[in-house]
Amino acid sequence: MNRDNIVIEAHGLTKRFGTFTATDHITLSVCEGEIFGFLGANGAGKTTAMRMLCGLSKPTAGTARVAGYDVATEAEKVKRNIGYMSQKFSLYDDLTVAENLRLFGGIYGMKRSEVKAKTRDVLVELDMVATLNQRVAALPLGWKQKLAFSLAVFHEPKIVFLDEPTGGVDPVTRRRFWELIYRAADRGVTVFVTTHYMDEAEYCDRVSIMVDGQIRALDTPARLKETYHAASMYDVFYALARTARRGE
Amino acid sequence: MKQFSAFLLKEFRHMGRDWRTLLILVVMPVVMVLLFGYAITTEVTQTRTAVLDPTHDYLTRRITDRIAANPFFELTATCASAEEVDALFREGRIDLAVVFAPELASAKAADASAVVQLLIDGSEPNQAAVRQGYAMQVIQEELLTASVASGEPVTDVSAQIPLINVSTRMLYNPQGKSAYNFVPAVIGMILLLLCTLMSSISIVREKENGTMEVLLASPLSPAVIIAAKLVPYFVVGMVNLLSILCLAHFVMGVPVEGSLVAFLALSVLYIGVALALGLLISTLVSTQLAAMLLSMLMIVPTMYLSGLVFQLDAMPLPAQAVSTIIPARWFMDGARRLMIQGVEVRHLFTNFMVLGAELLVLFGLSVLLFKKRLE
Repeated sequence: MNRDNIVIEAHGLTKRFGTFTATDHITLSVCEGEIFGFLGANGAGKTTAMRMLCGLSKPTAGTARVAGYDVATEAEKVKRNIGYMSQKFSLYDDLTVAENLRLFGGIYGMKRSEVKAKTRDVLVELDMVATLNQRVAALPLGWKQKLAFSLAVFHEPKIVFLDEPTGGVDPVTRRRFWELIYRAADRGVTVFVTTHYMDEAEYCDRVSIMVDGQIRALDTPARLKETYHAASMYDVFYALARTARRGE
Repeated sequence: MKQFSAFLLKEFRHMGRDWRTLLILVVMPVVMVLLFGYAITTEVTQTRTAVLDPTHDYLTRRITDRIAANPFFELTATCASAEEVDALFREGRIDLAVVFAPELASAKAADASAVVQLLIDGSEPNQAAVRQGYAMQVIQEELLTASVASGEPVTDVSAQIPLINVSTRMLYNPQGKSAYNFVPAVIGMILLLLCTLMSSISIVREKENGTMEVLLASPLSPAVIIAAKLVPYFVVGMVNLLSILCLAHFVMGVPVEGSLVAFLALSVLYIGVALALGLLISTLVSTQLAAMLLSMLMIVPTMYLSGLVFQLDAMPLPAQAVSTIIPARWFMDGARRLMIQGVEVRHLFTNFMVLGAELLVLFGLSVLLFKKRLE
């Protein structure tokens, strides 16, 4: 982790839909190679905040710079430098593994030879070489998920945004998935991840906890537990989340 | 450009992988043309006819023979009583009955009562009208010949059937073939069905699977995404258009009287409108099922208000007013006039203008809604 190099920076980032303030003046900064956990109950405004940071949605107020580019005015450049994995794994089921990788390589303007070499590397790393020409629909959920992550970092972005990437898989598979995240972080990729699982929060370098659209706590898991006199991240989260006034 | 081609390749792959969709895309149009061309026909043939002839004289036999020899009629029964005729109608075994009065041959000028009665199954009014006209013509001709031959005036008949020689000449479609009329209509219907329904479903599927989110988070611009989603269906539309046209022209003998270039231009414009409609639907809904229902909801009234099934002139004014915004109406009207009437392009100015305006409005509206979702 490189603490001198800030790659995500938000100041008073706000999004209103009519009279409803989904994200209310959030301020945070994330360093290069950091694994940043972005926690919050359903409806706390995580997804809205993340969409703004990815350049998918324009902020109502405040600013944010991602990979050095303004998310409101330079969304195109932001998108070029990030990877994104949605909750639904977002692969094309009717295409083969190779075709999925080739498609995303093409979308990010990678060369054919580059895509070929990278495809081999990725599948070796995932131990999925045999699946090269299999359709994604036939793969087990855990493999799809690993593949979806590899797709998100296929073009070697500086930052990868993961929106609840481990939904619906068992703890062992989740653990393996986090090994992939660590490996990416070791290569210098910044990981910005939302999750509902508090054991995963413990794996992060720092976490923020959102309640009612605002960031109520932001620190390392160890210091948060200390501050809230809690035994686990679950207790920290529960202490904060129950103050929420807004429902689902 | 490279991004675009990578994305386009994926779209064609989707199409190729899904054999059910492929079947719909390729086989349905051909089946529909053949159905409309051959099976579903509004021409009246094979009228099953019964004759009730109590006298059995020279004249009635001549008329009966004429009917039997006519390919339009099929003499299925010779009845002995009115009850028998009635029974045949009730059993649905005849469409028409010719009942001769017992005194037909010996009828005199003073006797003006009906001498030949035609009974027609009126449950299908249009067909009944055609059958009536044809049967009357045959009988009238025979009576006329008989009267000329015998030198007697056939006043008793003229009281029933005025002896005016009406000569009808059908313009543009001299054989009255319904395939001529249906081919442009079927093209209009198929293009709408494929381009609107399929394109909207294909876009909404990306939303439903969460892949749209990933695509939007990529450097692909929304314009490229939309274009790459629509181009394959444009290609499918063109392929279908040309295959139907060839099938109609070379197999069924439907003429293309007017300018082929103008016809293709009109079709391209119409495909554009159908795709824009599909795009609009895709921005309004978020599930494939909803996209399908909404597409169907738009396609069904189109069928009825486009002049395909029912005549527009005969509709109440509000329905006629609604029909003026239906793209298929303008396409079918234009296509019919180009193919069958062979009119010059300048007579289709309104058709081109309306379709062009609709293309702009629908496309503009969907781009607006698409962008709004991103805000």
